[in-house]
Order: sequence, then structure tokens, then C-alpha cells
Amino acid sequence: MTAIQKDPENPLAHLSREDIEQIGRELDAIRQEVLDTRGEEDAAYIRKVIDSQRKLELGSRGVLLFSLFPPAWLVGTAGLTVAKILENMEIGHNVMHGQWDWMRDPKIHSTTWEWDNASPADLWKHSHNEIHHTYTNVIGKDHDLGYGIMRVDEDQRWVPFYLGQPAWNLINAFLFEYSIAAYDLQLGKNWKGRKENPEFQLKAKQVMKKIRAQMKKDYVVHPLLSGPSAPTTFMANVTANLARNLWTHSVIMCGHFPEGVATFEKTSIDGETRADWYVRQMLGAANISGSPAMHMMTGNLSFQIEHHLFPDLPSNRYQEISPQVKEIFERYDLPYAEGPLPKQVASAWKKVIRLSLPNDFGDQVTSVPGGIARSAASTAGGLLGKAKNFLRPSKDSSDDTLAEVTELTSAGERMAA
Amino acid sequence: MVATPLLPADYIDLVDPLASSADLRGRIVSVLPETQDSATLVIEPGRGWKGHVPGQYVRLGVDVRGVRQWRAYSLTSSPDREDGRISITVKAIEDGLVSNHLVHEVPTGTIVHLDQACGEFTLGATRRERALFLTAGSGITPVMGMLRGAADLLDDVVLIHSAPTGRDVVFGRELRALAEEGRIELVELHTDEVGMLNPANLGAMVPDLDRREIWACGPTGMLDSIESHLDEIGLRHRLHTERFRPSVVVTGDGGTVTFTETDATVEADGATPILDVGEEAGVLMPSGCRMGICFGCVSPLREGAVRDLRNGEITTATDGEEVLIQTCVSAAAGNCQIER
Repeated sequence: MTAIQKDPENPLAHLSREDIEQIGRELDAIRQEVLDTRGEEDAAYIRKVIDSQRKLELGSRGVLLFSLFPPAWLVGTAGLTVAKILENMEIGHNVMHGQWDWMRDPKIHSTTWEWDNASPADLWKHSHNEIHHTYTNVIGKDHDLGYGIMRVDEDQRWVPFYLGQPAWNLINAFLFEYSIAAYDLQLGKNWKGRKENPEFQLKAKQVMKKIRAQMKKDYVVHPLLSGPSAPTTFMANVTANLARNLWTHSVIMCGHFPEGVATFEKTSIDGETRADWYVRQMLGAANISGSPAMHMMTGNLSFQIEHHLFPDLPSNRYQEISPQVKEIFERYDLPYAEGPLPKQVASAWKKVIRLSLPNDFGDQVTSVPGGIARSAASTAGGLLGKAKNFLRPSKDSSDDTLAEVTELTSAGERMAA
Repeated sequence: MVATPLLPADYIDLVDPLASSADLRGRIVSVLPETQDSATLVIEPGRGWKGHVPGQYVRLGVDVRGVRQWRAYSLTSSPDREDGRISITVKAIEDGLVSNHLVHEVPTGTIVHLDQACGEFTLGATRRERALFLTAGSGITPVMGMLRGAADLLDDVVLIHSAPTGRDVVFGRELRALAEEGRIELVELHTDEVGMLNPANLGAMVPDLDRREIWACGPTGMLDSIESHLDEIGLRHRLHTERFRPSVVVTGDGGTVTFTETDATVEADGATPILDVGEEAGVLMPSGCRMGICFGCVSPLREGAVRDLRNGEITTATDGEEVLIQTCVSAAAGNCQIER
């Protein structure tokens, strides 16, 4: 248990058990402050967002009835895209997290919400709220690490399939809502025995039903209602869904894939305390810095760290508590992963490309013996495990800090950098 | 089809929240003070409202500090009101979250949520020649509903109403006017001076007591004493009562947990999550992360109190409520009923 903390590569090495428990208490106190002041204003906020989103969607769809005229197409498509993004991110994702359950409004509740997405709410809540948020960044447990089609950590075993992952990820981005549905079904794992798996059959039916309803609305009913504008309205819906997919994919990639985010070994979470879990969340997520509009469009997932610490606090409060959270990171000398959107997206893509190759690819090519320190690090198990693939907190860490990781990662990474 | 995954009604709600018949709502059109701690709320009910029988109550849901709270209030309006509006009369009770909000804070125009009217405390279909009403405090409200809405069923009415002082009598002016007109015989007991109603004195106060049908509404203590006295003198079968359940839930550490669907009853301590309690008792409990983050385990608390094991916060539900709680981080804080 203490062995890993003595490991010089572990960003938690300098923290004592008492430090970790103290961090837990301090984070609990932040959570409690929000709970104590949660009330009318927060309720008014989410109602306002929902109200505006629905009016924007209705208005945009209305304008698109005349989409034959290019300006109407542009305005309507832009509006519909924004409406779909808001619906998925600031509203759907957060409502399904139970962030607004405290209002006891059955219309805005995690148990009743259904979202404008191919994946049915029930399936999503299981794979996202339960699996991903509980086992965040635990290799082999958190399927969000590469969604089962990509290798995003050195410790995920390389197979030739991953050579194509830059392409998989691009396709994934375009079809993101369907990828999510397939992912929630664990299609890859379940495909083989699908005929003998009644549970899978049932869920697959549920997904197909949802997809049919979604497609009918966007690609049949709305175009038909547009009369002569049917083809252009059809294209408007295609465009809006595509843009929404690309945007949400980018935002979500930024949550856990950029450099600077730690992953953990399966055994490392045995006997994990609430404080351990908090610390794992602190190191397992990355924020996006930017404007209020950007935060809104990401559903405040730009405050991914705060969201992972407190997945059930109302999203409108993440920004407010962010300085307090950051202060804890600083006081305990932990790295708060954060960067503007383009930088984080690039960083995540870089990783996807780099890890499409095996870890020792560089070794073979350049014969740089880089894997030694790394393999030493990867044999140590322990409490918070191994936070690896990790930029040690360094004041000058910037884009080029990859160099610093070389002792911990392989030379193949250097090549990609 | 057009609105999926929402319903067309969700869009209509944006414009006209009263249009929905699936989700009955109402708009508060005015708040009229009655006494210093009570007020009548006039509500325009939504299109789905099916009307009421005098004496019945309505469950009303209102957002207080952002949280939807449901309470039951007797309807004090006549069902024959021409504008179709209904009214309830609320007395602010000490520390009462909802009653104080409704009497002192709620702005007109507020949308409230409604159930259809219900309750058995009514005059029945037949004409009641001689009636005796025994009321105290806000217990006058269902009776006022009857006096306003079912006068044709009532010939000879005696009303004995208890309140601390004359100024505390809800509907005081209207009741006294009815008495002056000779429509009712009104006895006001100002309890600050004369003490509580002693049912043993009823015989002396109402000489033809044994020929009257009796309706009583007021605090539990009063109803209990009336019940036992009428039992003694053999008039229990003539008595109809309406009990306003106290919304105060007794909280403690642990308690008896009843799983209503499974029909299992278990003693639980104050430290074990209700999820574990249910699973051990063989109840089919939904579950998820088991640490309070995924909301996969939420189940309805129908009555009683639970404590959030993370911060000690108490959540309560009283009769008729359906409060969804996270069973994996909630322990019994008194007896409670979970719908599983």
C-alpha cells in the first residue's frame, strides 16, 4: 500500500494516508456548501435552459420548413445544431446524472428523462453513470478508456487492430451517437453470442426502436412537413446531427484522453476509500478552459474534474467551485489538467495516433532503451495504483513536456511527439 | 413521432401549462388573507380538473426553495363557482415549510401541481336534516366547503368551532353572518379563555345531540376525545371525522423498514444502507455504483425518514408522497416505507 507512494513516478507518492483522507474531507465540505445553498435559483436556471432549448429547437425547425431559401437553411441548421448540443450536453447528460433530482420534479428527473440521442437513457445511465463514473480510468474496468475500439493507455495491450485507430476514431466522431449506442450495448463483446443472449436481444431491440424513432423524426417527418423544402430540410437534419456528433466527440475526448491524465490498474482500487476515489477522480480527468458560451455548449463538461468529483451536483455550480477545487490541487501539489479546447483536442488525437503503435515500436526502430523505468513503474501495484502515463507536476509543463515523460514512457511516444 | 423523445405536450407546456390533462396543474390567481396566519388561495385549475364534492380535499404540489412539496388542503370553494376556480384555505403552522410559503410568500401567477379532489369527509348524497359540526383551527376548512357548496343538503346546522381567540377564527365574518341570517347556529369556543372543548359537555350544548349526524375535523387529540365520548354514549356510528395528518415525521436512528411491494418488514439500524437492508431481506432492489453517484438505485420513500450517510441530512415523506431516495447511501432514520 505504501510502496506505490514511495515510487518516484507516482504523482501521489508525496501524499500520506492522512493527506488523502484530509483531501476527502475538504472535498466533502465543498460538496456540502453547494448542497446547503442549492435552491430556487438553481431550479430557475435549469428550467430556463430547458425552456430556451425547446424554443430554439421549435423555432429552428420552423425556419427549416422554408429551408429551400439558403439563409433559412443556414439559420435553421445552426439553431438546430445548437439546440441538439444543448439538449445532449447541458440538459440530457446532466439530468440523467441525477443533478436535478433534488427538485422532485418528475419532468426533470434522472428516472424519467429521455434524450435526443440514439442511445436509450437506461442503457446510457448504466454504462456512463455506473461504470464510467465509478471505475473512472481503471484499465479493464472503465470501458470509456478507448470505448473498446481504441488503445489510449500504454498499459492496454497492443494488438494489430489498433493500427487503424486513428481511422476508427474519426469514424467514431462522425457517427458518435450510434457509437455510444453500440458502446452501451457492448456490441463488440456481445456480438459473438448475440443469438443466445436474451438480455442483449432485448436491449438491442430497445436501441433499434429508439434509433427508428429518432430517424423518423429527423429524416422523415420534419422533411415531409417542409413540403418543397424536404430535401434541404433533410440535409439540415443530417448536418445538425453530424455537427453535434463531432462537437460532443471532441468535448468528450478532452475529458480523459489528453496528456496529463492518469490511469489506474485494476487491482489498485481494491479497498479504496471514499477519499481514494476522490483522488482518483482528481487525477483522472482534464478540464477545458474557455468562455462562458463554451462551458455552456460542453454542458459544463469543460469542468470535467469538478464533474467527476461531484457528478450529482448541478452543472451550473461547477464553475463556481472550480477555484476552491484548484486550490486543493495546488496545496497538495497535484496537477490540475486544463487547457483550451484546440490544445486538448490535439493532445487527445496525438495520443490516439501514438498509441496505435505498440509501446516498444520506437525501441525497435531507434534502439533507445526507454522501457526500463517504465516497466519498473508498471509492476508496482497499490492503493491508488499507478497513476501513470502522467506528467509529473512541473511548473513549466506545456505542450512540449512530453519530453519529460520519456523516462516513464517509451521512445515510441517521443517519435509521435 | 414529431416530438420524440419528448411528447407534444412538453412543447404545449411551454406556452400553456394548464392545457395538459395528463399533468394537472393550476394557476394561483389570488391570495386573500383570512387571519394573520391564514390565507385563501384562489386557483384556476387546468383543463383536466374534474370537480369536487364539498368537504373533499386536494393534494397540491408547489416548489419551495426549488423543491417540489406536496400537501393536502381542504377545498373551501363551492363546486358551483361560475368562474370554475377553486380555493383552498391554508393556516401557517409553526415551522411549516409549505404552509408558510403559501400564506406569506407565494406570488400570484404561480403554477401549482394538482391531483384530482378526493376524500370521504362529505355530506353524502342524502339530505341531512340535522347536522352538528365540531371543528377547531383549520378544521373549519372542509366544513366551510360544505356550508358554501352544499347548503341545499343542510337544514338545521349547529357548528361548534374552537379557536384561541375571536380574531383567530378563520372565516369568522362569514360564519357570524350565516349565524345572523339564521342559516346556522354558531358556537365559538375561544380556547384561550374557556379551554378546549370537553366532549362530555356536548349533551348540554346540543340538547338534540342524539338526533344529529356529526362531522368533526380538528387536531388529533380533539378527535380522539370526541370519538371515545360518542362511543360511550352510543353515538359513534353518527360520527364522520377528517384527520389532518401531522406532517411531522418522527426521526431517530434506525427503525422498521417496510418494503411495500414485496411485503417484507425488517428492523434496520441507523448505519446500514437501505439497499443492503432490502437485499438481505430478499427484496429485488435496483442498484448501481453503491457509493451515491450513479442514481441507479433510487427507490420511492412513501412514508417515514431516512438519513444520508454521507452528511447526515434527513429526508422525509408523509402519507401520499413519493420521494425518490438513493438507497445505497440512505439509512433508516425512523420507521419507513419503501416501495419495492
